[in-house]
Amino acid sequence: MESLDSLIKSALSGDKKAIARLITLVENDEEKAREVVRRIYPYTGRAYVVGITGPPGSGKSTLLDKLIKLARDEGHHVGVIAIDPTSPFTGGALLGDRLRMQRHSTDPGVFIRSMATRGSLGGLAKATNDAVKVLDAAGYDLIFVETVGVGQIEVDIVKTADTVVLVTVPGLGDEVQAIKAGLTEVADIFAINKADREGVEMAYLELKMALEFEKEKWEKLGWEPPIVETTAFTLKGVKPLWEAVKRHREHMEKSGRLKERRAFRAREEVKTIIASTIASKVEEKLEKGEAKELIEKVVERKLDPYSASQIVMEKLKEELGG
Amino acid sequence: MVERSKVRVVIAKPGLDGHDRGAKVVARALKEAGYEVIYTGIRQTPEQIVETVIQEDAAVLGISILSGAHMVLIPKIIRLLEERNIKPNEDIVIFTGGIIPPDDAEELKKMGVAEVFGPGTSLKTIIEFVDRAVENLKRFKA
Repeated sequence: MESLDSLIKSALSGDKKAIARLITLVENDEEKAREVVRRIYPYTGRAYVVGITGPPGSGKSTLLDKLIKLARDEGHHVGVIAIDPTSPFTGGALLGDRLRMQRHSTDPGVFIRSMATRGSLGGLAKATNDAVKVLDAAGYDLIFVETVGVGQIEVDIVKTADTVVLVTVPGLGDEVQAIKAGLTEVADIFAINKADREGVEMAYLELKMALEFEKEKWEKLGWEPPIVETTAFTLKGVKPLWEAVKRHREHMEKSGRLKERRAFRAREEVKTIIASTIASKVEEKLEKGEAKELIEKVVERKLDPYSASQIVMEKLKEELGG
Repeated sequence: MVERSKVRVVIAKPGLDGHDRGAKVVARALKEAGYEVIYTGIRQTPEQIVETVIQEDAAVLGISILSGAHMVLIPKIIRLLEERNIKPNEDIVIFTGGIIPPDDAEELKKMGVAEVFGPGTSLKTIIEFVDRAVENLKRFKA
């Protein structure tokens, strides 16, 4: 097996096999992830990250396929991380986003990686962030992160992106779902895809109304989220969507908000890593004999959960402090 | 046994063959068994398939082909993989299914295909094969 050194060197020079290997490493191996990120971090910082989220079936991947083409025409090196859910029952996953973007597979300036959620929110956020860093360091200056859903997980993954695009489809009532999940607060651009379907005016109005609630905020920030109607299949509206992404990027850069968002992202990353490390240590601790006895006492009502956790935390403090 | 959720499988359909039910059934079965499966869709060129294997860092490649073009397409895929220094049975497990006559199957195995599954093969057989086959890969031996 190649040494980590030569793997990183190859990845930094653009070798796709090495890049892919590094992404696998940061996904699977906690320790190696730390080492990899430490070494490639100085080479990161150039990439602009666009998050694309929305419910399953909204056509995100098809839209992304079209956006990649437009981005490539303008000379970008495009990275894509397409996230699909891991089955909570079997631990397996069927990652099918790539299917819609396959024509770009042989483009040397495009790198597409499918990722499964793998059942740990913190773990996914970390793996995604680290994979973005690998692509960034390897020279991909525009990175799309595509996630599925209208829930908290997806919000957490994309809210650290530089530009967030929310894709909905008319008639599914997703607009309401999106509002409920807080996505209207997070999204910078809205795309109503499959706009040839019935219900597009309703969808537009519902989103517009939701945005009215945020009017003050957007006015202060200097950006009113546009609602773009697209029909990815026929390319209708795709150019305007791409233009909106570029306009938003310009706004972020000129207004200084990009710096703020990146500071927010850095903070979230550090927080996630700490939380994930502590969570692992807690898991480890609870497996050991002493902790098992404690748990038994809790079950037998001899000790309450708060007191039990206090004892475990004291032990952890000793270990972490030492 | 290698942890299935850490094993990434690409299921691909090369050439002009549009019969994808088998490929989808196998893809779903592997997912239900706990593997991470990337399905490329139909009409893939050998180059697209190889690039997918590389970008997804796949340990297993399942090729579904019912069009009769297997003796052209599969050797090409293997050659392209080897050009990228990905060796069958060392770096990747290649299996195939569809309509492949026994003589051709023998030829393909000599070229590096680990197993050829004809119509009617049980999903259990395929899953057990993948379980066993990945244990011999370099990446899982370390």
